[in-house]
Amino acid sequence: MTNTLPFLLLDERDNVLVVTRRIVLGDQLNIDGEIIEAMNDFPLAHKLARRPIRAGETVLKYGAPIGVATADIPRGAHVHVHNMKSGYTPTYTLDAEKGDEA
Amino acid sequence: MMQGYLRSDGRKGIRNIVAVGYLVECAHHVAREIAMPHREEDVHVIGFPGCYPNDYAQRMMDRLCTHPNVGAVLLVSLGCESFNKYGLERAVRATGRPVKTITIQATGGTRSSIAEGRAWVAEQRAALDEMQTVPMDESELVVGTVCGGSDGTSGITGNPAAGRAFDRLVAAGAACIFEETGELIGCEHIMASRAINPALGQELEASVAKAARYYATLGYGSFAAGNADGGLSTIEEKSMGAYAKSGSSPLSGMIKPGDVPPKGGLYLLDVVPDGEVRFGFPNINDNAEIAELIACGAHAVYFVTGRGSVVGSAVSPVIKICANPETYRRMADDMDVDAGRILDGRATLDQVGQEIYDLTLSLGQGKRTRSEDLCHQEFILTYKSFEPLGPSCLPH
Repeated sequence: MTNTLPFLLLDERDNVLVVTRRIVLGDQLNIDGEIIEAMNDFPLAHKLARRPIRAGETVLKYGAPIGVATADIPRGAHVHVHNMKSGYTPTYTLDAEKGDEA
Repeated sequence: MMQGYLRSDGRKGIRNIVAVGYLVECAHHVAREIAMPHREEDVHVIGFPGCYPNDYAQRMMDRLCTHPNVGAVLLVSLGCESFNKYGLERAVRATGRPVKTITIQATGGTRSSIAEGRAWVAEQRAALDEMQTVPMDESELVVGTVCGGSDGTSGITGNPAAGRAFDRLVAAGAACIFEETGELIGCEHIMASRAINPALGQELEASVAKAARYYATLGYGSFAAGNADGGLSTIEEKSMGAYAKSGSSPLSGMIKPGDVPPKGGLYLLDVVPDGEVRFGFPNINDNAEIAELIACGAHAVYFVTGRGSVVGSAVSPVIKICANPETYRRMADDMDVDAGRILDGRATLDQVGQEIYDLTLSLGQGKRTRSEDLCHQEFILTYKSFEPLGPSCLPH
């Protein structure tokens, strides 16, 4: 299968897609037939919502639960530590200390 | 055909190193100075920094000093530490390996200990270099795998590619070991379903539940800030990616640090201590895990990295598999395998898996890894406590 899209669907059950080529703000993304404008830059291997995900809904990747949405996430939006959390232990990030470099 | 160094227990090594082991941090400098002139000639420093005795550390040092890749052992003691150097020296001698203990306080201090140690190591190095090899079959291999500096690419390129190599090795009769139960949190049920019997499946699930409790007590998952920068959002997501390293073979058993797999197959290494939380984080960094895989007899270790680790290890070669194509472009000199090719369609998972498999066998034919060429010989060993394996962990 040749994948010309800049993201990958790992499992049919997933509600997120994995970025395989850097996406830049404003790029036109074809998500399951709907054209959506990228709302921000996406580094390699980050996730975007394949469809709208409601707060409290389970996030699925590899066909397996990887956490729970903490906010409503529109289709095409970045799915990461700001809008989802672990069902086990909290995720530690260094964002606060990075300041202007972030 | 691979060539190995035959040891008295029947195992064969793909390296023939002299291990210089310090038995307390106070002897570390002397050990390092003894090994330094030979650092490009397979003389490696290992050791235990603690002054209080610990059964786990004693067993780890025993297994490492009698590892098939080790041909001779120099122990360096300060003299007043609690480590049982007599027991360790006896255990090494019983295998027929040359062994010597230098006690710094008895030898007259730093200078004389270094001189005596260097003379002994030079002699052993020369003798080991004359040792004949024997043919070695891939079914005699033990291979471990870890991932470190993981990002979102690890779980879709490097880890599943390492898993394909594992599948090939297991099919050929080799023993393959994956680990870090704290990085399997969230996939315990999927993993348990691959056990060769239900009782083992329960042991596997229990080991991950133990890890979840342990990390919850400590307040952090096995998850570093860089993992999140690389697109991983939760421990479960990291786990699913890490789990892909195990490939698709049935799970033959569960072992603990220092247990050598009794036969070929796929094994989970339970690295989280038993009992109440003591001594802090189970493995304070990637090299602590690598040392445990090697103590289980691993001749080589696959290290899958997305963010870009540079480490190698004492005793056994580390094959670094770079999952992220951007990282590979920056750090190619440190990497043995460019698995990020899968992301932009330049290679398939099967092709990269084959490349890893071929590289593994070539290590037994004289090839060296990038970290070996760069003299990476990281080693760390800290305090832990384990109960013996349960009866269901190694079916028949």
